[in-house]
Amino acid sequence: MLKGGLYPSVRFPQMEAYELTRYSIFSLIKQGLIRHTGWKRAWRNPEPKAAYDVIIIGGGGHGLATAYYLAKLHGIHNVAVLEKGWLGGGNTGRNTTIIRSNYLLDPNAHLYEHSMKLWEGLSQDLNFNVMFSQRGVLNLCHSKAQTDAFARRGNAMRLNGIDAELLSRDEVRKRIPELDFSDQVRFPICGGLLQPRGGTARHDGVAWGFARAADQRGVDIIQNCEVTDFIIEGGRVTGVETTRGKITAGKVAMAVAGHTGVLAQKAGLTLPIESHILQAMVSEPLKPLLDTVVTFGAGHFYISQSDKGGMVFGGDIEGYNSYAQRGNLPTLEHVISAGVSMMPCLSRVRMLRSWGGTVDMTMDGSPIIGKAPIEGLFINGGWNYGGFKATPGSGWVYAHTIANDAPHPLNEAFTLERFARGRLIDERGAGANPALH
Amino acid sequence: MLLIKCPWCGERDMVEFTHGGDATKVYPKDPNATTSEEWHDFIYLRENPCGEHVEYWHHVAGCRQWLKVRRDTTTHDILTTAPADGDLDT
Ligand SMILES: Cc1cc2nc3c(=O)[nH]c(=O)nc-3n(C[C@H](O)[C@H](O)[C@H](O)COP(=O)(O)OP(=O)(O)OC[C@H]3O[C@@H](n4cnc5c(N)ncnc54)[C@H](O)[C@@H]3O)c2cc1C
Ligand SMILES: [Zn+2]
Repeated sequence: MLKGGLYPSVRFPQMEAYELTRYSIFSLIKQGLIRHTGWKRAWRNPEPKAAYDVIIIGGGGHGLATAYYLAKLHGIHNVAVLEKGWLGGGNTGRNTTIIRSNYLLDPNAHLYEHSMKLWEGLSQDLNFNVMFSQRGVLNLCHSKAQTDAFARRGNAMRLNGIDAELLSRDEVRKRIPELDFSDQVRFPICGGLLQPRGGTARHDGVAWGFARAADQRGVDIIQNCEVTDFIIEGGRVTGVETTRGKITAGKVAMAVAGHTGVLAQKAGLTLPIESHILQAMVSEPLKPLLDTVVTFGAGHFYISQSDKGGMVFGGDIEGYNSYAQRGNLPTLEHVISAGVSMMPCLSRVRMLRSWGGTVDMTMDGSPIIGKAPIEGLFINGGWNYGGFKATPGSGWVYAHTIANDAPHPLNEAFTLERFARGRLIDERGAGANPALH
Repeated sequence: MLLIKCPWCGERDMVEFTHGGDATKVYPKDPNATTSEEWHDFIYLRENPCGEHVEYWHHVAGCRQWLKVRRDTTTHDILTTAPADGDLDT
């Protein structure tokens, strides 16, 4: 323990009392003067009521955002978010926080761009700093054919009103001199597709910001409450069984990410989803090295530098079904070798830790957001390894769908029925193999 | 899960294998008589249990045979293996 020093008498705040406050520069200065001992709980810790208008299962970013927009935009305040663990303890708190809307296909482009616009005003809207940093997302390309494909995607993005710039090799080099530009590389860098408005955000800040803002609008956030079954009466979902008792509701909406398949099974639904493990890593903190997000185009590898200085990176999923929330070493080795071939200076960086999360991979690589085939039940899942960037947009369209019993134009293509109808949204054209998306 | 027991080669490192997905799915017997619901089920729907999963693996960097595996998706324990057309419980 650190004794003495700059603030010899720092006490940790007790955090018992709950107070509805607005955060501002003044509240920060006031707390600074009393050595941050006066911060109060940011949201209540209520007991579950017997009934709600809407129950949202899953207190990750998507579930919390959905509750927030239901209360804020649709006047539905009698809402509970039921979380089996703690807020953001799922993929929200495990992801590498890359935010982008650089998609080729129209439904994806519109959904993720809507989300991007919400991100741009999110800290103000929530009165909570989600540390959204538009540092740009750069995809490298390594061949003539790949450059052509990137030009095509960049043009499609621009036609959809999304920012995209095709950079030459020299332009990439000027921005990121640490990449391997030597003559003898196996995958020479030919250029890159940059989305300047892309970037990163603070993952658990997003969960906390939405939780606090939803709570202030009357939403009950209930942690340590696992949904164990659905109550179905006359073909309609009328509530849920939980580890804290039975709770009834007019509508029940799932937002459980990696557990979408197992939970839907309890309502008798088999989904076009496999749950897989995605791992990520962070290095010891370094001095400023990389001021943007870069992805390797000749293998699966992406990297950014956190505000603390850690190099945060990841790559491929493990490739087999798993709920273990941990992966194996061969994948880490594979990811790191791709990273070192892209950015050789990484080879001497020491890794601090690695972790895994359970991601819900769909058969076409795109999410499912809409009504379930049972009355009163809604599905939001199948986010693959890219759902963090969708958090505000996903909550926004899902809240609309729940409130109106019908999808918003932005999510009407993302139905569960699209698989039976052949209307897939397969961005990579990889076919019905979840491990390939 | 680091070692997978191939029925032909014995216990081998997992990096020699690729995962082939849900092994409860059977290719329709008569494709011409298969309804679109049955195709949908075969191509897209997957058992995705939290616990024991019956799945195909391909010993692609070994003998190149397909095998069937019963594996726990919460612990990664390999419980039993058999040839792809064999029976896991014998
Ligand atoms: C290593 C890793 C890196 C990633 N990197 C990125 C990235 O860079 N960019 C990006 O856009 N996306 C990324 N993702 C994907 C992204 O994290 C997810 O798609 C997204 O977080 C999923 O939505 P969520 O936030 O609501 O999920 P979660 O935070 O997982 O929330 C779901 C919640 O449901 C709860 N739950 C489950 N079952 C029940 C139940 N029966 N009852 C009650 N509660 C239940 C869980 O405990 C969990 O808290 C990454 C994922 C991983 C694992
Ligand atoms: Zn073999």
